[in-house]
Amino acid sequence: MTRLAEGGALIDRTKPVSFKFDGKTYQGFAGDTLASAMLANGVKLVGRSYKYHRPRGVVTSGPEEPNALVNLGSGPTHEPNVRMTQVPLFEGLEATSQNRFPSLNADIGVLNALASKLYPAGFYYKTFIHPRVAWKHLFEPVIRNIAGLGRAPSEADPDTYEHQYAFCDVLIAGGGAAGLLAARKAGEAGARVMLVEQTERLGGRMLVDDDAEIDGKSAVAWVAEQVIALEAMDNVTIRLNTCASAAYDHGYTMLYERRTDDRKGTGPRHRLWRVRTKQIIAATGMIERPIAFYGNDVPGVMLASAVRDYVKLWGVAPGRNTVVYTVGDDGYRTALSLHAAGHKLSAVLDVREDPVGMLVEQVRGAGIKVMPATGIGKVIGGKAGVTAIKTVSFATGKDDAPLDDSIPCDCVAMAGGWSPVVHLYSHSGGKVLWDAKLAMYRPDANFRPTDGSGEGFVHAAGGANGELQTQAVLKSAAEAASGALSSIGMTTDTSAPTVAAVAEQPMQPTWFTPTQGKASYGGKHFLDYQNDVTVADIRLAAREGYESVEHAKRYTTLGMATDQGKLSNINGHAILADALGKAMPEVGTTTFRPPYTPISMGSIAGREKGILFKPVRETVMHNWHAAQNAEFEPVGDWRRPYRYQQGNEAREPSIHREIARVREAVGLLDASTLGKIIVKGPDAGKFLNMMYTNMMSTLKPGKCRYGLMCNDNGFLMDDGVVARLDEDTFLCHTTSGGSDRVHAWMEEWLQTEWFDLKVYTANVTEQWAQFAVAGPNARKLLERFEGDTDLSGDALPFMGFTDGVLDGLPVRIFRISFSGELSFEIATPTSYGPALWEALMSKGEDLGVGPYGTEALHVLRAEKGFIVVGDETDGTVTPHDVGMSWAVSKKKEDFIGKRAMMRSDLTREGRKQLVGLLTTNPRRVLPDGAHAMSADGTRAIGHVTSTYYSPTLKRSIAMALIEDGQSMMGQTLTIGIDANSAAKAVVSSPVFYDEEGARQNV
Amino acid sequence: MSESNNALARAPRDDTAPDGLGVQLAAMPLRAMLTIRGDFADAGFVSAVEAVSGCTMPDVRKATFAGNNSLLWMSPDELMLFGDYAKADDLVAALNEKAAGSHMLAVNVSDARAVFKVSGAKARYALAKGAPVDFAQGSFGTGDLRRTRIATVATGIVMTAEDPDTFEVFCFRSYGTYLWNWLISACDENALSDLG
Amino acid sequence: MLLIHCPCCGVEAEETEFAAGGEAHIHRPGPDCSDAEWATYLFDRKNPRGVHLERWRHAFGCGKWFHMARHTYTLEVYGVYQADELTPPQAILDRIAERTSA
Repeated sequence: MTRLAEGGALIDRTKPVSFKFDGKTYQGFAGDTLASAMLANGVKLVGRSYKYHRPRGVVTSGPEEPNALVNLGSGPTHEPNVRMTQVPLFEGLEATSQNRFPSLNADIGVLNALASKLYPAGFYYKTFIHPRVAWKHLFEPVIRNIAGLGRAPSEADPDTYEHQYAFCDVLIAGGGAAGLLAARKAGEAGARVMLVEQTERLGGRMLVDDDAEIDGKSAVAWVAEQVIALEAMDNVTIRLNTCASAAYDHGYTMLYERRTDDRKGTGPRHRLWRVRTKQIIAATGMIERPIAFYGNDVPGVMLASAVRDYVKLWGVAPGRNTVVYTVGDDGYRTALSLHAAGHKLSAVLDVREDPVGMLVEQVRGAGIKVMPATGIGKVIGGKAGVTAIKTVSFATGKDDAPLDDSIPCDCVAMAGGWSPVVHLYSHSGGKVLWDAKLAMYRPDANFRPTDGSGEGFVHAAGGANGELQTQAVLKSAAEAASGALSSIGMTTDTSAPTVAAVAEQPMQPTWFTPTQGKASYGGKHFLDYQNDVTVADIRLAAREGYESVEHAKRYTTLGMATDQGKLSNINGHAILADALGKAMPEVGTTTFRPPYTPISMGSIAGREKGILFKPVRETVMHNWHAAQNAEFEPVGDWRRPYRYQQGNEAREPSIHREIARVREAVGLLDASTLGKIIVKGPDAGKFLNMMYTNMMSTLKPGKCRYGLMCNDNGFLMDDGVVARLDEDTFLCHTTSGGSDRVHAWMEEWLQTEWFDLKVYTANVTEQWAQFAVAGPNARKLLERFEGDTDLSGDALPFMGFTDGVLDGLPVRIFRISFSGELSFEIATPTSYGPALWEALMSKGEDLGVGPYGTEALHVLRAEKGFIVVGDETDGTVTPHDVGMSWAVSKKKEDFIGKRAMMRSDLTREGRKQLVGLLTTNPRRVLPDGAHAMSADGTRAIGHVTSTYYSPTLKRSIAMALIEDGQSMMGQTLTIGIDANSAAKAVVSSPVFYDEEGARQNV
Repeated sequence: MSESNNALARAPRDDTAPDGLGVQLAAMPLRAMLTIRGDFADAGFVSAVEAVSGCTMPDVRKATFAGNNSLLWMSPDELMLFGDYAKADDLVAALNEKAAGSHMLAVNVSDARAVFKVSGAKARYALAKGAPVDFAQGSFGTGDLRRTRIATVATGIVMTAEDPDTFEVFCFRSYGTYLWNWLISACDENALSDLG
Repeated sequence: MLLIHCPCCGVEAEETEFAAGGEAHIHRPGPDCSDAEWATYLFDRKNPRGVHLERWRHAFGCGKWFHMARHTYTLEVYGVYQADELTPPQAILDRIAERTSA
């Protein structure tokens, strides 16, 4: 055990927690992360790297962790690639290591490493190109088996996830010293503030690096004071475990909240906040950098800040005997923390020639050996961890510096300097500039991301702004708060608390040791732990001409793993710059893209899964249809009965039964889904003359007309029956999926082109339940209702309509037919629909009444040669193409589509025209979409648009669009079925049944 | 429209909300709804609407209330009138008569929409799980109306006159089942316990 | 994702409430126009990297169309105006000139 006897601000030693890793049970404490608990149990090996399967241990204490990725949970709650450093420990937690086969300790993928000379940067690109067949059958299966981070879950996730919209004036990302001060100032100014912090604690590094005094108080006491003040403000919302994942355009910010990883049924597991904020203060702090040296990936080599985090926050010393390797003063803090905790330090290696100052002196005073101008030449150890290091002196100035002393140790703390977390600043266009002195990219205040008014809306504060000293951090936070508030017309002063802290000496940027060494020095010097990218890989990329940072990134995969290069990018770019002999700014940096850390797929879906996946529209008869064993099909968002199954009847017999009912008795169709739009006003007729290809202004009140609607390209977009209710008012029916679209289309023209027309529209689709009562017995059935409406052919002829009453139910009855039979469409206010439908069913029992579904409807209309917009049309088809020139007015000066129909392409010979197809084998039903071949078989001349077996005609029928089809009547065409077979069909009229319309007109 | 027929009408849905919600949730019975379109600068039109509804003309994105009636601002030339279900046709007729001199449209759409009531201190947070709207106190108050979306369903949301935490949400009736299920999910007390 | 102010109902709402309608102020010629004029009306669009006058509809809100002057790269919005205005108001033109002069 490496748990310290005391200390650990976050853990509760009275609450032991047991958990499992790779099947073995361990103990930790409440407040531990999975990483701190594993370290406390002395477990160093927690994962394998992606490419070489090298043994890896925990490197960091936060979201930047590249190595310690595990599978969390099992079965349906299994989640891959979870960073152990971000998993709060809970009772019963189960985790397994990933990217190892067959086990973490004995991973055969390590053979990759033995063969690593074969795997330089770009190896995959260079090797697996040829032969193609080998890729599919040899390379890919083998690579897939060995490669990959984690395993995708195979069962549906039982947890819930959600989105939450929120609005604020100032969103502050990061609850460290800078974030707390900015929040306090914004809160006191009266702004609506959201303060979010990705960990479960406020205070940031102040909780660990507490050597500064703020306003005369200890850093920890100052933090506590801010938290108490903020919690008392109604206008400030604080959310912990919530990461500001992304800052998008115009203040749209995405927050990722992890609520309940223990899955105890306490509501949504993750919550994705969709926040619209006026200003963002990015107080996201910094990430410490590793240093590239031979063996810097051996378990036990960690970031120095993480080492002291584990000591102070969780009471864990990652090693019993630690070496600190630092480029500046900051690493000495780790030495002091370990020393204060009673642990042994073999040495502090400092790249600087003459380290001086308070922190250095304190370390020396503690009796710890400080070795100036010294780096790590080699780490000795293996999967069990570090056992020693060999130092290398910078004083020699030689390329391949000889290895000096061997120092036994089991932990190496790297302090390579700090990089501001500029992600939020950069996501929507903020620029960064290179600070050579501090060796970091910091936000360029002259190029902020801009909002809708063109003003900068993201303000970097504290560490995120490149400030390393607490006084400067607080000053920068005060300025950021002032800037954000003044942008929204509020004010605060820029005063900051007074900080008493030790003075620090300049750091000496160091990316690689030995500093003058060859990339082959000793062995591998890792930059990107997760993707196994080394210094040698970057130098190779530079040599091979990948000079652009974006190209070098893709060639080497630097920064392309799930950690997105949080530890590796800056180091990699520095190595590239060095290799190219350029300065850092000349090389540039890659683009920071959201999200900051990976977020769960569940949180992206939110609650829109299962029955909430997509809205479904139901008619008022939906439950009745379901009770009658309807099989539903989607039509737009609607669910319509496709057919009604009796017993275990197969599809085709049930559809044929429904068709026969309409042709021989009477059937009921729920047509409530048809769009219904009221168009009213003195200019309504004039307007509809523009909307439809037909003349609508001449329609008489009380009459219906079938109309076609085109777009200005001349192509069909909708059709339906228009009824004139009175002089000023029309009721336009649209297709089932088209009501919203057509209503919006009408409004678009009225609002944007013909705003002088006096016309109002209203979408009344859902006001009415509408049923087709179709078949020879239809009139007989309706005449059984009480009411004074004369339904005779003389009183209510085909294409007429009337308002009336059926058994006390208010109805509007249309004489229209889509089946070719005697047909009435009856509309009643939606709430009365079930009553009307039930009455039709019970009164018509002896007449053979019953429901029919959309498939029967389609066969019935195809027998009659009626088109369906979307089947016979595909957005390139004109009314003339489908033989409906009769519906295109020649008298109107203009209508939508008129001018386009005169274009040469729409009037040329050879356009596809609608025809019928009768297969020579009447049982053979052509496949939908099958192509008709030209006589010489060299090309397709058209395709099948609708195809059915007609039980009425007892043969196959099809409609098709064929080039010049109208002139090919009687010719036999070859229709391709698949690669090896074809069918013969004779071109015919598309009207297969009752061509003169006698059946519907009675 | 007789009482017996009304009783046969399918309620928007089974209107019993399950246990475990952090707000009160109910499906509302049918009511009169009229879509009214006209020129708000036309004094004849406005006075006809005010006389028939009893409500004063609402300001932009507001609702006004008078007895069982409420008048909702839907767009610069569109209003929605809520009232007693049985009186819908009478209201249409009265409007057509009183505004006879104006170019306007009044149509009975009482059967076209489903209405839900969401009330309680956490109601604003429940709605904000799907609607991109600032429902915070001070941003959205009594008589405020917002046409927006919940998930991808077009909805109207009104804070009624009853009390400051009561919202009515309406959508096209065919989306009612979906929206009802969505609201049940979003109103889960466990999804609201840590908000507000 | 844009934050858009609807000039018809006064709402400032996120882009998901709106539907984009492409370039604004496209003249629809009459049926007697030439093929070239008609093709221009149907197909020719500016698609600038810069200031764009465009049509939007508050689809989930008040349902109204309106115009917006926007920079397609910086996403700066210079102003919104009514659907029946045939050119941007002078104030918006001034704003565009001021913001793009640098």
